[in-house]
Amino acid sequence: MRVTQGNVPPSPGRYVESVTTAAVVHIAPEAVFRARGLTKVYRMGDVEVQALRGVDLDLFEGELVVLLGPSGSGKSTLLNILGGLDAPSEGNVRFRDHDLVAADERELTRFRREHVGFVFQFYNLIPSLTALENVEIVTEIAERPMKAADALALVGLGERADHFPAQLSGGEQQRVAIARAVAKRPDVLLCDEPTGALDYETGKLVLKVLQDVNRELGTTTAVITHNAAIAGMADRVIRMGSGTILDVRRNAKKISPEELTW
Amino acid sequence: MLHRKLLRDLLHMRGQAIAIALVVAAAVASYVTMRGSYESLLITQRVYYADYRFADVFASLKRAPEPVAQRLREIDGVAALQTRVAASVILDVPGLGEPASALLLSLPENGEPRLNAVHVRLGRLPVQAAEVLVSEAFAEANALRPGSHLAAIINSRWRGLRVCGVGITPELVDESRGDAFPDHKRFGILWMRRQHLAAATGMQGAFNDVTFALAPGASEPEVIAEIDRTLARYGGLGAYGRNEQSSHRFLEGELAQDRVMAMMMPAIFLAVAALLIHMMLMRLVQSQREQIAVMKAFGYENGPVARHFAAFGLVIVAAGSLVGIPVGVWLGRNLTDLYTEFFHFPALNFRVSAAAIAISVGTTVVAALVGSLVAVRRVVALPPAEGMRGETPMRFGTSLIDRWRVIRAVSPPVRMILRSLQRTPMRTVMSVLAMSMAGMILVATQFSFDALESMIDVQFGAAQSDDATIVLNEARGDEALHAIARLPGVVLAEPFRAVPVRIRAGHHSRRLTLVGLERGATMRRLIGIHGEEVTLPPKGIVLTKKLASVLGVRAGDDVIVEALAAPRPVGRMRVAALLDESIGISAYASREDVNRFLREGPSLSAAHLAVQPSRAAELYATLKSMPGVAAISLRESMLASVRERIVENIYISALIIVPFACVIAFGVIYNGARIALSERGRDLASLRVLGFSKGEVGAMLLGEQAVLTLASIPIGFAAGQALCIYIVMQFDSELYRIPLVISARTYAISFFVIALAAMLTGFVVQRRIGKLDLVEVLKTRE
Repeated sequence: MRVTQGNVPPSPGRYVESVTTAAVVHIAPEAVFRARGLTKVYRMGDVEVQALRGVDLDLFEGELVVLLGPSGSGKSTLLNILGGLDAPSEGNVRFRDHDLVAADERELTRFRREHVGFVFQFYNLIPSLTALENVEIVTEIAERPMKAADALALVGLGERADHFPAQLSGGEQQRVAIARAVAKRPDVLLCDEPTGALDYETGKLVLKVLQDVNRELGTTTAVITHNAAIAGMADRVIRMGSGTILDVRRNAKKISPEELTW
Repeated sequence: MLHRKLLRDLLHMRGQAIAIALVVAAAVASYVTMRGSYESLLITQRVYYADYRFADVFASLKRAPEPVAQRLREIDGVAALQTRVAASVILDVPGLGEPASALLLSLPENGEPRLNAVHVRLGRLPVQAAEVLVSEAFAEANALRPGSHLAAIINSRWRGLRVCGVGITPELVDESRGDAFPDHKRFGILWMRRQHLAAATGMQGAFNDVTFALAPGASEPEVIAEIDRTLARYGGLGAYGRNEQSSHRFLEGELAQDRVMAMMMPAIFLAVAALLIHMMLMRLVQSQREQIAVMKAFGYENGPVARHFAAFGLVIVAAGSLVGIPVGVWLGRNLTDLYTEFFHFPALNFRVSAAAIAISVGTTVVAALVGSLVAVRRVVALPPAEGMRGETPMRFGTSLIDRWRVIRAVSPPVRMILRSLQRTPMRTVMSVLAMSMAGMILVATQFSFDALESMIDVQFGAAQSDDATIVLNEARGDEALHAIARLPGVVLAEPFRAVPVRIRAGHHSRRLTLVGLERGATMRRLIGIHGEEVTLPPKGIVLTKKLASVLGVRAGDDVIVEALAAPRPVGRMRVAALLDESIGISAYASREDVNRFLREGPSLSAAHLAVQPSRAAELYATLKSMPGVAAISLRESMLASVRERIVENIYISALIIVPFACVIAFGVIYNGARIALSERGRDLASLRVLGFSKGEVGAMLLGEQAVLTLASIPIGFAAGQALCIYIVMQFDSELYRIPLVISARTYAISFFVIALAAMLTGFVVQRRIGKLDLVEVLKTRE
């Protein structure tokens, strides 16, 4: 039964709502990530912690997915495996034609560099670089990046380009982090509790930016959160608990982040 | 409980702790090695002098009948004396193409000399007429053993000699004629029984050399004056004390050098260790602000908490000392073995006093406490409430560096490096300073070879370019020059007249050789320490600068010159010019002027020869059997023997100094990189997550250390130069002056050693990058 849980292909009609290009309408959405039978066991001293217990999951081109669950539900572990930061104990994961389980350290680094944009809960900006430079450091190693200034403009921070992280508010820092993540035009954007360290208003602003990026660039986006209210902005909501996917829900109507409340 | 925290924290930072402990170990080891060698040498010298009754006053003369000894013995202050016969002879050593020279000394008719006894290493003292005891370095250089045969021209007669033993004496530790660069293959000391040597030299019932032991409390100058008065009629050459005795001065020079080195090297390492401990603790205190605050909040008083942090430095120092002491003793033993071989002491045992070890450990403790001072004060000053807020994240703002245009031109990773360096300016300065010490000691030690090379270049290049120098038994008229010029293979012969003199000015006087050179001579020129040439004036005397300063005279002043050989004229000579020579103290004048001063016709006591290489062997064979020649020295072979010794010294230095310099480089870079990693590990891990490879992230971390290393190199080189100047000033003595010459090779070698050490350290640090926890950074806040 598990097999189908995370795998319900979005019906084309629904899917079209979230994409701006009409051309996609008649093409069956392609799975960007395809994970099968993922388990992850951590060994902490003498204790074994089972973080994932056989997870199957597909992420499709251009969709915005929210992975919802309490802490310890395995959502971060899943995201780390998808992002090439961690390897599953069992199972396999493919990103398009890349086998992430078979990949070695070097290939995983390359995978992250070319295909993945990360947004962290605590922004993780380089304190000694300005907002613009924090974006540039990534665009420099990317193959076909957008201009760093454009990426900042996209998150509404064009004016603050020369400020250092310590001179920016938390929300601004997170927007710089999003600019940094999207500037290289990644195939997927993986966000781990992006609003976790932010206040209500700022959090909503950041989510709006994520939604804009997803809409305007068509970047497949996965957002991890324990905040159920955020689920409303997703195409699909995947609820996790105790290392398994509990259910997958498709939002009939996506709510704009401004309208979210919690 | 704090002890347990201390141990666990140290275990956690073991890499850094070990790096610093290694620097401390280098400090302790270098002190124990050098101070120990110095002390061992000092004790050995004292024991050797006492056991073998090294004389206090020395005098040579033309010839005095033995009963004169009784009058000398009666001089107030003389405790004992020993008369001898001494002769300079030419030797034919089997297996040696060139002639060698020797000082032939008499031993009493029976038993041991009362003064300047000989320690027999092999065989026995001579008994029969043709038996000689041979000095050790000469015996080793020529593979002479008891039973070997030699030949010598003694008093114009060819004599076969048999080696009965090999010995050494405190009187001639350097086994040279007082040359700056001894040639053991071609100069040695031979001892014969007095009756046989006297018979061979026509000195029966007479002596031409006498040594004295002084009674306790005797006044050396008064005794010397009285000896000179007594021996004046017998052709006395002027008595002198140990301070003018060349072997003693040679040893004293070595001791002075060791004493200075034993202070300097450890001081440098300790400074580095203190800086590293300071940097490590500052970082530790910063990262443990919360823990300190919690301890204080729970009621720990400042004292125990401060002591806890000071203990980090002390534990590291203790560990470094534990390693350093045995390593120092081991190195010291090896160095002492080399010394024993070099100085030919009867026994030189490495020993290091408990005081020296206590001093070395004590100063490292002081260095640790000094290094901990600022960090510990910060601990004390930290209010608990503030500390609870945890480490404040690094705040960067627009800064000085951003006003430079260059910052725009470099890539973000380079900007990161530059900004973080200027964010902690004190640490940057300290790292650069600590690192520059490696360059400094490398330059300063390599410099000694440059200086030596330069001295050799001047001495055997510009100043003296002959192939051979032959010294006559006594001064001869210029007809002797024609005879010399006709020797086989001699292309050119330039005469000179050397005479022992005492030069006085006011209260100051020195015994030395006045050398009368041919004006316009091509094979012997007056060249100063930096290659500058002084033209010999037709009248007047040229003094070396050191001699002029000892005598307190300047060019244009007059000095009193007193010849120490018959007819012992005394005259006044004008100082015409000063010459900055590196070796000894000397005086030069034109040969004519010296001949005139000595009231003799044109005469010479020695000559420089240019020799046709193809006929050299023929010339040497002739010289071996030529009467009237006291000594021969060959420039090439002297040079070769000097170079051999230099190569040996370079080897020793490479074994000791280079690893020590590498320890500094390693300690500083490793410490710096680990501090940077602890501060920016999160940033670097974030970059890894964003797709930067281990190599790229490593380059960002190590780039900072590379900038520091590169910045330290010119500073280290400048500091090295300053140290060289200090060394030059320290060793400015009458024995020699070191020219301040630092070669490009020295800088190149120093650069490569540092670069190599830096790269190896980088390699070690790079492995840490692989261990960065990528998942963790997603979760944790700064």
